[in-house]
Amino acid sequence: MVNFDLSSEQKEIKEMAMKFAKNEMMPKAGEFDESGKMPMDILTKAWELGLVNTCIPPEFGGTGFSTLDSMIITEALAYGCLGMNTTLMANDLALLPIALGGNDEQKKRFLTPFTESYKIASFCLTEPGNGSDAAGLKTTIKEDGDHYVINGQKMWITNAGYADLFVIYCTTDPALKHKGISCIVLDDKNVAGLEIGAKEKKMGHRSSDTRAVTFTNVRIPKENLIGNLGDGWNLAKMTLDHSRPMVAASAVGGAQCALDHAVKYAKERVQFNKPIAGHQAIQLMVADMAMKVEASRLLVYKAAWLLDQGKSNTELASYAKAFAADKFMEVATDAVQIFGGYGYSSEYPVEKIMRDAKLIQIYEGTSQIQRLVIAKEIFSRS
Amino acid sequence: MNIFVCIKQVPDTETKITPNGDGTYIETSSIKWIMNPYDEFAVEQALLTKQANSGSTVTVVRVGGVKDTEALRTALAMGADDAILVESDDNLDSFMTAKALKGAIEKSGKSADVIFTGKQAIDDDCLQVPQLLAGMLNIPSVSVVVGCEEASGAFTLKREVEGGALEVYEVKSPALIACNKGLNTPRYASLPGIMKAKRKPLAQHSLADVGVSDADRRVKYSNFQLPPEKPAGKKFEAMDEAVQASVVAEVVGLLRNEAKVI
Amino acid sequence: MAKVLVFTEVTSDNVKSVTYEILGKLAGNDVDVAAVGQVPAGAVAELAKYGAANIHSLKGDNLDKYSPEGYANALKEFIGNGGYDYVFAGSTSLAKDLFPRLSGMFDAGMASEVTNFTMDGGTFAGTRPLFAGKCLAKVEIEGPKPHFVTVRPNALGMPTSETPAAGTAADASVAAGEIRAAIKEIIKGASEKLDLTEANIIVSGGRAMKEASNFKILDELADAIGATVGASRAAVDSGYAPHSMQVGQTGKTVAPSLYIACGISGAIQHLAGMRTSKCIVAINTDPDAPIFTKADYGIVGDLFQIVPILTEELKKIM
Repeated sequence: MVNFDLSSEQKEIKEMAMKFAKNEMMPKAGEFDESGKMPMDILTKAWELGLVNTCIPPEFGGTGFSTLDSMIITEALAYGCLGMNTTLMANDLALLPIALGGNDEQKKRFLTPFTESYKIASFCLTEPGNGSDAAGLKTTIKEDGDHYVINGQKMWITNAGYADLFVIYCTTDPALKHKGISCIVLDDKNVAGLEIGAKEKKMGHRSSDTRAVTFTNVRIPKENLIGNLGDGWNLAKMTLDHSRPMVAASAVGGAQCALDHAVKYAKERVQFNKPIAGHQAIQLMVADMAMKVEASRLLVYKAAWLLDQGKSNTELASYAKAFAADKFMEVATDAVQIFGGYGYSSEYPVEKIMRDAKLIQIYEGTSQIQRLVIAKEIFSRS
Repeated sequence: MNIFVCIKQVPDTETKITPNGDGTYIETSSIKWIMNPYDEFAVEQALLTKQANSGSTVTVVRVGGVKDTEALRTALAMGADDAILVESDDNLDSFMTAKALKGAIEKSGKSADVIFTGKQAIDDDCLQVPQLLAGMLNIPSVSVVVGCEEASGAFTLKREVEGGALEVYEVKSPALIACNKGLNTPRYASLPGIMKAKRKPLAQHSLADVGVSDADRRVKYSNFQLPPEKPAGKKFEAMDEAVQASVVAEVVGLLRNEAKVI
Repeated sequence: MAKVLVFTEVTSDNVKSVTYEILGKLAGNDVDVAAVGQVPAGAVAELAKYGAANIHSLKGDNLDKYSPEGYANALKEFIGNGGYDYVFAGSTSLAKDLFPRLSGMFDAGMASEVTNFTMDGGTFAGTRPLFAGKCLAKVEIEGPKPHFVTVRPNALGMPTSETPAAGTAADASVAAGEIRAAIKEIIKGASEKLDLTEANIIVSGGRAMKEASNFKILDELADAIGATVGASRAAVDSGYAPHSMQVGQTGKTVAPSLYIACGISGAIQHLAGMRTSKCIVAINTDPDAPIFTKADYGIVGDLFQIVPILTEELKKIM
């Protein structure tokens, strides 16, 4: 049977996370978007309340959330500010390969410290020459005694300037493509040969910290390798099954926020002697926006629910990611349209949301890549 | 210390209120319920008092409908130890509510050393239950409290009165303290707190269980209606400095001669 | 005809003005007035003009300062002896605290903060706002007498004609009994002005005030017309004004004769707290601000330009 009810705990989680988003994040979202600084106070407070690192299992100090729970939290945080949410969500993205593929000793060593104080992690996959073609990555890993040696450059690395821990994807031989990829954890940010680039200037998500990271003969102890050499591609795929619905959930949060702003404004703004909410042109737009938000949310919930049931969700995760991201872009654009001239001004919040929306169609697999994943799944069945 | 907090669930402040069909109350089917905002200060002050007095417990009590019990769960998630729910309609009068709270506190088997409440509930805005409850329990009460210090069961309380003046009270436990905004900053329910709250005890009673019957009703409401809309006012354009003086003079004239308010 | 006691509070040389509003509405009933402390001679004469048959100054030990228990004990005895059907008071800070406790001592019902009422056939029926004024309802009291009623100041309006009565002044001796919650000291508020809930004129500032120090232009306007200064939630949350100045759903609900909203957009929560004001003036640069839909007189302009001109203009005529 189908049941669309959230449990009473899930309702409370949602309520609490939304309250945090509205009271702590939204009032500061514009300020940090403008300054581009990391809002450490807000991020730390979110961590204190248990809103961060939802993937850490309870045996290692986590709270024990289901995948669906973490979607509910992400939607709320993204409602508060997409940029701050990216910073927080990037932790999960980096910690997921450890939670999914690490041994108990690694989980204890790498994950538990994240439950004891607010720490920041970076997921290092993308390179200057390899974005969508992730399997073509060129950063190398070589054995040297009881260490591995890493060489190469990573690009668009969220949290890099603040990270206490880096999860690095690298290859024993680029010619092996996905079969050569490994995943290793660097937990010493002062290691020789690690170079963090300048903060990128971005269209949106400006409070989040994005940089290039260069590894020159960086030595990492062998016990930091997650799984075996060559397990990396599989780990990345398992991670994306979790993280793509999460990014989709952030799109739902952003879209819901844009919709709520638009509805409120439409009731207040008077043109032709009545609130614009009374004009059909606006009503039709708002109805379309609402349908898109809810349809996106249902896809996110289903993609998360499949994982919680122990079922494969790769195809649904891509449905959710592509659909929610594209619809978010449309909803945000329409919200700006409803606000008219005020929508284009940074005095009002929808301009920032529209800039933020664009990134969701790009990171964590572009909307085009998601469609290729979906098509591949469809054709592999028949 | 046995600390009690009385909370109420009320419609969200942004909720649109409409009278029900027969005008006996409001339409409640689509209302989003929240913990009465002033009660959040009461819960926080109870938790602060508990933290300062080891071995204390915080029991949170609510009288109201059972369809949504989020307010009680939120209080448990914030750190209260156990909860009592007295099941009733959402529109009891103040006298019945106070009597039900008294009955529930007595039924808990614990004698209350201090009871925290909000200074008023923002649904019926009566400001009666705290004082009525204190009277029924024969304990002193201080309302509209914006400052609270406690040492060995003796409270120094600041009560806000007209013009922002403060009356400073001294009162020993047992006492009832009705809290106002500004007293503290209520904490969020943390996510681990929400998960832990699942396992905390929640006792449930009927009104009859706590000794309240319809004979206790003292106030009867009828004819719920929306306030009359005012006719449209007059609007003057005065962004241009050249017209400001004449516009202001005209408005002052209208205040004096048309509205007759100055 | 009902036997009614109106409880009042002594101010420097009079009693709270809401008392006269209540007396006007009670014309035709058998009405006494009582206050803790000495009712000034001038007030006795004035109360007589508006229908007070007996005016009682209640005196006893430990009643120089308010205490919930002391006042309740003292009045319990006095009211019990008087055989009253109804006890009224203005909905002041003191009465809001005292009356519920007092009504409980009689096992009796109370109607809080009514904005209008009738006494047809000697039976009270009131109107009161609920949900911060988003709704109105009729309120009636059942069960043991006396029934208690508090009335929102400025809601009824001053009586337009006199209804003279005997106005016999008398002292009554009362006992405060045991007082467990007592006032140790009183810290004066920043303003010596009337509280927002009693003020006849309110000047309020919103987010557009930009900073706390800018409230001085509202203070100057308020001084010119004897107003009290308030603030919107946005201004309070931004730290421009203390919460004691907040008007709105989670602040104070006010009903002055004149409410001047400066740089307040008019969020639904704010409107809920001031919509019953008799006359609303709004000053805002945004011609579409929702506050203008509630304003009797709207001025589309910059408050930093308009308010000083308004202050000067009002000074001329006050």
